[in-house]
Amino acid sequence: MTEKENKTTLWDLFFSFAKIGAMTFGGGMSMLPMLQRECVDKRGWATEEQMLDYFAIGQCTPGIIAVNTATIIGKKQRGILGSLVSTLGIVTPSIIIIIALASLLIRYSGNTYVQRAFAGIRVSVCALIFTSIINLGKKADKNMLYLMVTLGAVAGTFFFGLSPIAAVIMTIVIGLIAHFAQTRRQDK
Amino acid sequence: MNTLLILFWEFFKAGLFAVGGGMATIPFLFDIGERTGWYTAAELADMIAVSESTPGPIGVNMATFVGMRVGGIAGAVTSTIGLIAPSVIIILIVITLLDKVYKLPLVQTVFSFLRACTVGLIANAFLQVAVLTFFDGNMNILVTPLILFAVVFVLINVFKKVHPIVWIALGAVAGILIY
Repeated sequence: MTEKENKTTLWDLFFSFAKIGAMTFGGGMSMLPMLQRECVDKRGWATEEQMLDYFAIGQCTPGIIAVNTATIIGKKQRGILGSLVSTLGIVTPSIIIIIALASLLIRYSGNTYVQRAFAGIRVSVCALIFTSIINLGKKADKNMLYLMVTLGAVAGTFFFGLSPIAAVIMTIVIGLIAHFAQTRRQDK
Repeated sequence: MNTLLILFWEFFKAGLFAVGGGMATIPFLFDIGERTGWYTAAELADMIAVSESTPGPIGVNMATFVGMRVGGIAGAVTSTIGLIAPSVIIILIVITLLDKVYKLPLVQTVFSFLRACTVGLIANAFLQVAVLTFFDGNMNILVTPLILFAVVFVLINVFKKVHPIVWIALGAVAGILIY
């Protein structure tokens, strides 16, 4: 690792992550193979296992998984500056592409065909979100308590105007209580 | 200037509380739109579609798009930096303690609860788009989008490897032909 550290330049980090940001569609898990190819196979910045660990950490720390992974690898290679450069690298293509597209879309949003297309697109977005809910539900740990948290979060935010932030904070509190209740039971 | 500060703060909060990747930021974006009036739920649904069809992390794309709409190019950059700032800070702190913190039973338990909560929050985002899509102004159910939804949903689950952009393109074509 130490000799690799000396060889990796900030430009290498920026370029590699910008390439990943520009070439992967779909975000999240679909970025894993690209990150693996670039960071493990091509650059040797991490091992296969380390990559999976970074992904797990990226998934359970707040924020976007691919961005979090870039931050971790940048930090390991070139310290804090490296982590900032890698993070900037992965978001730069998005910023450029979206800025270009957004100005076009805002200009043509009154057009009938554009409006009809987006009415249809909204149906597809519904189907895509619905599918990812089902997939997440399948992967989630199954237990009554978790199911109640899930249902509570939907009901609270949709029907009672609870803010998502409040839902997350309440969930953390419930998780802490559950943990301490469990350890106490084990102590007895 | 003031708008940029508010943008930064709103996205900083979203970045701090959205645990579980890009999709998890969607409910926070609905919440921001509702409170600030910057964009309607329908407009957000369109921005989500564009973000899913362009390269890069979806969360970053959505933040850039919303920021661009609210505050132009400066807004786009501000909201994106706001969204990623908390995770960069947290990761830089966590990485030094890395494995130890991540494997603590306490942390594991809290995160399995958070995963359950995230599913609920995304379901809420789905319901918000669904209300717009499947009901008219008087809350009458609309049959055409419902049928289209069923078709696309079945196709997505049959052809699992196909990229989301295909389904979004299909929706666009169907929309132009049907509506």
